[in-house]
Amino acid sequence: MTGDVRDWITIVLVLVAAVMCLAAGVGLLRMPDVLTRLHAATKPQILGLIVMMADIALNTPAVVTITLAIAIIFFQGLTAPISAHMVGRTGYRAGSVHRQSLVRDDLATRIEEAERTQASEK
Amino acid sequence: MGDENEPGQPDTSEAKPREEKTSVSGLIILSVGLVVIWMLLWGQFTWLSLITGVLLALGVSIVFYLPAVEMSIRINPWYTLVFFARLLFDITRASIGIAWLVLKPRYVPSNAITAIPLRTRSDLIMTWTAEAISIVPGSIVLDVDREDSILYVHVINVWSEAEVDAFEEEVLRTEKRIALALGTKADVARVRAGSAASVTINRGGETP
Repeated sequence: MTGDVRDWITIVLVLVAAVMCLAAGVGLLRMPDVLTRLHAATKPQILGLIVMMADIALNTPAVVTITLAIAIIFFQGLTAPISAHMVGRTGYRAGSVHRQSLVRDDLATRIEEAERTQASEK
Repeated sequence: MGDENEPGQPDTSEAKPREEKTSVSGLIILSVGLVVIWMLLWGQFTWLSLITGVLLALGVSIVFYLPAVEMSIRINPWYTLVFFARLLFDITRASIGIAWLVLKPRYVPSNAITAIPLRTRSDLIMTWTAEAISIVPGSIVLDVDREDSILYVHVINVWSEAEVDAFEEEVLRTEKRIALALGTKADVARVRAGSAASVTINRGGETP
């Protein structure tokens, strides 16, 4: 009985993780520019990973697996935003932004401002 | 986040106003964190992993020396729990949202890049806030203005100025949760007072 329940939980969790990774892949193809692609590629799979780790911890409930799962989530959670930030920053400066779809762009005004002060200082 | 330069200016090398002091307590907190991570990675809590962990932590902090961050010893367990619970909830909710956005039949992009003036002046709280809003799907920190504590955030799927403002409120609430959880007393006071640390943002349009 308990084995059955655990199997069902596993099925649900793995399915959720798979859908999240699928969404990341589809988003990479469908989104129009670097920034939106970053959203699709780096984010939903964090949840996918958390769910997958939860499933592993559930199926092999030992201290070693649980601590390792926590460490994996921790490092993914810490490093994924940083790489997204670096790619996003570079992407914006390289001009691969779909500007028509921006409701507001404060960074453009800020960069403009900075360039203007720099030019007036010269 | 690794950037300290002004946006758009490649070389601003003027002295930072914040004092940078090394403190023993900061080193100890950092080392304890490293040892815990080391033991988590090995998956065993034995004397051997503890001793090798301590040696490695000391070695790493001496060899890869970083400018000291103003650490606070204060950790509020309850608010830390609230923060992580809320973070997990946000990640789940937003992941489903982004997955649906990506998979739904008709997708029309509408995004925004907004400058969010944080209230904190602490590098640590700022980094944590940037991390927290970056890990929640739907927002990426594009640039950081350390002088004025401003985060430049790209938000996906927002359709109006009002929605962007609502997102900003959300970020400020995240900052508040983090400051309450692990900020110094000064941070907590500043967040409670609710005034932006920086000057007002130029939104464009009304430029002279």
